[in-house]
Amino acid sequence: MAIEIQPERAEPTGGGPDIVGAGLPWWRRFGVHTGLIGAVAGYFLGHWLGNFLGGGYDRSSLADTNDVAIVLGYAVAVIGWLVGLGVLNDLFLMMLGKPVREEPRLLGIREPGVAKYFRFTLDHKVVGIQYLYGMIVYFLTGGLFAMAIRSELLSPTYHLMGPDQYLMVVGEHGTMMMMMMSSVILGPFGQYFGPLLIGSKRVAFPRLEALGFWLTVPAYFILLSAVLMGGFPTGWTGYEPLATQATQGEDAYFFAFGLMGISMILAGFNMIVTIINYRAPGMRWSRLPMFIWSMFTVSFLQVLAVPVLVGACFMALMDRTFQTAFFANQLGGSSFLYEDLFWFFGHPEVYILALPGFGVISEIISVFCRKPLFGYKVSIAGMLGVGLASFFVWQHHLFDSGINPDMRPLFMLTTEVISIPTGFIFLVAMGTFWKARIRFSIPMLFALAFYFNFLIGGISGVFLSDVPADTTEHGSFFVMAHFHYTIMGGLIFAFFAGIYYWLPKMTGIKLNERLGKIQFWTMFIFFNTTFLPLFALGMMGMPRRVFEYARNLETLNDWVSISAFCLGVSVLIFVINFVMSVTFWREPEVGNPWRARSLEWQLPTPPPPDNFRRVPVILASPYDYGVPDALPVADFNPPPGVIGSAYAPASGRVEG
Amino acid sequence: MTELLPCGARWEYKGNLAHRYYRPASTTCLLTECEPTFDWHWPVAAAGLRSEVVRVSVAARAAALIVAFLCVVGLGVFVAVYYIGSATTQLPIVHYTASGGQVSVVLQEDPQNDSTTRPDWVTYYTQDPSTKQWLHTTLFSVPANTKVNVTIYGFDGCTPLRNNYFSEVQGTIGGTVNVSQYDQHGKEYVTNKLMSVINSWSDCNVGHSFAIPDLGVFVPVASPNAQLSANNLCSSSPCTTSGNPYARETFSFMSPKQTGTYRWQCFIPCGGGFLDGNGGPMQTLGWMMGEMDVVSS
Amino acid sequence: MSTADTPAEAGASASPEPRHGWRLFSIWIVLSVAACLAIWFAWYPHMPPGRMSDSAQGEQFDIGVLAVSAAPVIIGVLLYFIYAIVVWRARPGDDSDGPPIYGNTKVAATWIIGTTLIVLWLFVFGTVQLVVPAGAGAGEGPSPIFKLAGTQTAAWSPGGNDMLQVQVIAQQWAFTYRYPQFGGMESTVLDLPVNTPIEFHVTSLDVIHSFWAYKLGVKADANPEVDNVAYTTAKATGGFIVRCNELCGIWHGAMYNNGTVLSSTAFQTWASGVQAKEQTEGVLAALPTYALTYDPTVIPQLGKNIVQVDGITGAAGYYYGSGDPVTP
Repeated sequence: MAIEIQPERAEPTGGGPDIVGAGLPWWRRFGVHTGLIGAVAGYFLGHWLGNFLGGGYDRSSLADTNDVAIVLGYAVAVIGWLVGLGVLNDLFLMMLGKPVREEPRLLGIREPGVAKYFRFTLDHKVVGIQYLYGMIVYFLTGGLFAMAIRSELLSPTYHLMGPDQYLMVVGEHGTMMMMMMSSVILGPFGQYFGPLLIGSKRVAFPRLEALGFWLTVPAYFILLSAVLMGGFPTGWTGYEPLATQATQGEDAYFFAFGLMGISMILAGFNMIVTIINYRAPGMRWSRLPMFIWSMFTVSFLQVLAVPVLVGACFMALMDRTFQTAFFANQLGGSSFLYEDLFWFFGHPEVYILALPGFGVISEIISVFCRKPLFGYKVSIAGMLGVGLASFFVWQHHLFDSGINPDMRPLFMLTTEVISIPTGFIFLVAMGTFWKARIRFSIPMLFALAFYFNFLIGGISGVFLSDVPADTTEHGSFFVMAHFHYTIMGGLIFAFFAGIYYWLPKMTGIKLNERLGKIQFWTMFIFFNTTFLPLFALGMMGMPRRVFEYARNLETLNDWVSISAFCLGVSVLIFVINFVMSVTFWREPEVGNPWRARSLEWQLPTPPPPDNFRRVPVILASPYDYGVPDALPVADFNPPPGVIGSAYAPASGRVEG
Repeated sequence: MTELLPCGARWEYKGNLAHRYYRPASTTCLLTECEPTFDWHWPVAAAGLRSEVVRVSVAARAAALIVAFLCVVGLGVFVAVYYIGSATTQLPIVHYTASGGQVSVVLQEDPQNDSTTRPDWVTYYTQDPSTKQWLHTTLFSVPANTKVNVTIYGFDGCTPLRNNYFSEVQGTIGGTVNVSQYDQHGKEYVTNKLMSVINSWSDCNVGHSFAIPDLGVFVPVASPNAQLSANNLCSSSPCTTSGNPYARETFSFMSPKQTGTYRWQCFIPCGGGFLDGNGGPMQTLGWMMGEMDVVSS
Repeated sequence: MSTADTPAEAGASASPEPRHGWRLFSIWIVLSVAACLAIWFAWYPHMPPGRMSDSAQGEQFDIGVLAVSAAPVIIGVLLYFIYAIVVWRARPGDDSDGPPIYGNTKVAATWIIGTTLIVLWLFVFGTVQLVVPAGAGAGEGPSPIFKLAGTQTAAWSPGGNDMLQVQVIAQQWAFTYRYPQFGGMESTVLDLPVNTPIEFHVTSLDVIHSFWAYKLGVKADANPEVDNVAYTTAKATGGFIVRCNELCGIWHGAMYNNGTVLSSTAFQTWASGVQAKEQTEGVLAALPTYALTYDPTVIPQLGKNIVQVDGITGAAGYYYGSGDPVTP
């Protein structure tokens, strides 16, 4: 077990050794403002380069559009953004043979002021908070597009917006959510609490981790820029050959998705190495919190599946710009190739979305049932099983697509088999609830709602895996209901559970309880009234992404739309709660309000820059609730010389 | 299995870490058995720093609140402006009113257009009945249950059809269209020919089509012949009949009784530079596809 | 793994611990049986997609069986959670921990075996239902393996077991239908005969669409240059709607048409009539020879490729330029 052995310091010094730009005002240091300048300059440079390269193409003059210029504009803009932000500073210093400046993270999260959040920092806790705010903004943007979709679907005949606008809104909503929400838990909570939960002072690759966050910002804006170009008509799946046929907005879609993919790969890679190598002594695999296991599994999925997406996006951009024919059937390419590449990524992607939810909720139920997690090893088997099996099921998106049918029973089997490890999560929950002492705090309410929603979502997945039933359900609103139940009812509810649970540790402030309960109940009720009827709508023949539908379905659609608006209001309640609690009310909650045993709660609020004064020695599992003589979870003051040589002995209960 | 310890005992574990942990004295003691209560208050001093609410200055908090408020306002403005400025609200709708139980819709299609951003896109123009101006829009309205007489001027050149089925006229009254073709000197070389199929395979005579699929109306739109198409087409928009070869086609159909919005489109790939030709103008309102509003008369 | 129950508390309460497991089981059995019966007898006959064709009937049966299989699971889990919330909530002022139960091998094993059995049952059932009704109306690609029995004939006639072949051509943004057994005539109207095995050949001329005849229980994606075969037999006359089920561009939501299932003789009259009309009007001669797929860039009658029709202004749809080869 490799951990970094740094020379022990008696006390972290206040100012520390050279901190980059210490004493310089914020506008003279690298930050978002310089990044913006770099981005704009880069865009114009790239656009000019693109016109220089591709301006003479026949299709450019016929279509009055130069996709080469757009794509190169985005590419150089992203490079300019990163350079302006200061991401490459250390690299340049090393290339010039100069010493790399001491990491400025020594003050880290305890540096006063908010400027540090707008900068490229190496403290994983600052990155976690940056992710938190970013993810909330991305979620709200995607949610607004959803409100627009439901407004249009109020009537099958009266149209609020043109058909091109509607498709743009549909595509933006779907892509914003699927693209950005894949890091909604890994980002804020994984990055913030990952090292804390394993007893590490840092992550393995802090620069890669911060880069992962700073790539999400251009991805977001590039995706939104599609709105200015008339949007993209393919929805979030980007099927070829429609994607090659589309006008310029499609470039924004592919580029943003590829960029976000790179961010996901970096984040996953960093997390894997951190978890394997930076665990504190005594933090055995059998003592890892379930949240860390879920982060670990998800990171493998990201590193293995997302490169396929980046490849597919790149090939699609090649088709659109330099007129290759990867996906054009009439020129020897194959539209099926795109579908396979996309869904080979797409299916692990939805498990990237679902697994972190499992992890957060497992932590929360253990704390609020005040019981050990039932079947720890079963739960791990569930996570790893789901992760592994997720690579073998992607054909179930393609049952009706015209691919050869011989493998259909096989993929039906694998898709149904993947519900077995998913069921382990429920077994663990049910076992943890057995004879527990359940406290209904707000995180626990969200956790209960998670199980309810994911049950419906998961069972409806079994309906979809059955090929004959899938003939009616594929591509209809039944699928919409299924994935909204699993992703929104699962992941997003887990995200809210995580925020209410962990915000006191991150900032020392708790969110207002009354508003929180109102938010929970409105959100839970209206979420179900919105998405449960969609199962019926799909079964009654309404395809996805349509702006017109059979007139007899209008009443049900109206009910769903009104519910959706109320759901939007509940999210608004959360936003009000969050903004007001953080800026105005600021109810303090330092210490360990949930009386949890896991490592992060044993630290002061906010955690010190190096997380732990000394690398702790882990003595027991964080789930030893109810054990009368349980060991404390860690020794925070091990004598020097112990680190690196000792394994804490097994004592207390044998973990099962 | 660990034994329960006497109350207040100092407890140490065997191992190679020489540390001792104090177990706080239990509050209930019965004979030799104790039930230790747990105090989860770790001595925070061990970590070296005390807990505190993260300090954020009042200025920063106020700024955050203002930023959040401005975002909401900005969003509202964006939605309003975008909605008002969108195609469906920005494109003019040409209203045709009935006279004598009939209504006359006049359209033309051009090989290019007068916009600055997309000058090379093919497009339809609609004629305003009162001013006789050609408006760059494809949205028009007709009254319900009325005979609609459509005149289309085809200025764009001929092209092979992707699906030759659409060279057959469907859904018009009489199942035919009336075609006249003129060359650039104004000479009418085809006069008032009633056709139920316009030849686009062994001869080149169709430029685009006009179809309202929900009403079953599929009409191929005639064009100048192949030789004129290759050499003399109209080069500025909106095209005029003097100095340019064109085809003029008329047909009629009954507007439905049910009011609503009925889409119409072209079924011939006209989107130059886009894969399969169905991108670009074919997929944008106001160019090669539009909406016919049927309103109550 | 050791099993542990809460040790009897010193000065324990008078009543013994209720037998939660048996309580839960008995409530669950009653509710499940009631639900399954209600689903099967009250709901199943009305389940989508209805009984208009054999593939629709098969899908309806599938969905019914899935619902009956899923109901006990949903009821079990929900019941357990509700029970837990009610019975095992922390009483106000109670700050103690719950019993340290780390796991229970028997419970875990039962659960794993149980879920595996359910999954295997669903798999076997699903496979049987896929094979027996000839692919369950799903598109099977150019080489289908689950086929309907029916005689392949050059000209279709009612009464026998002749398989009717219908080619569904999807283009942006309407479906057209060709009947090769009626001279290859093409129509925007989809009429079908009742009680006849039907073989749909679904293809596209541009982007990916999907042919979904909801009441007939047929769904097959239309890909350019791919022939996607799906089977069904209509069992009742009446109307049905065909919708496009794969996002194909701006009018995807408006890409639908009505279809009718007629009696066999009425269908033959209609189809022959259309064939005759198209013959006299000359359209039949203009259509390309019936083939399982069509290259949108090739017009056989012209004898050359559309991309090489030079000198014609307007787009003619070319993207790759006149110098590019059609096939590399």
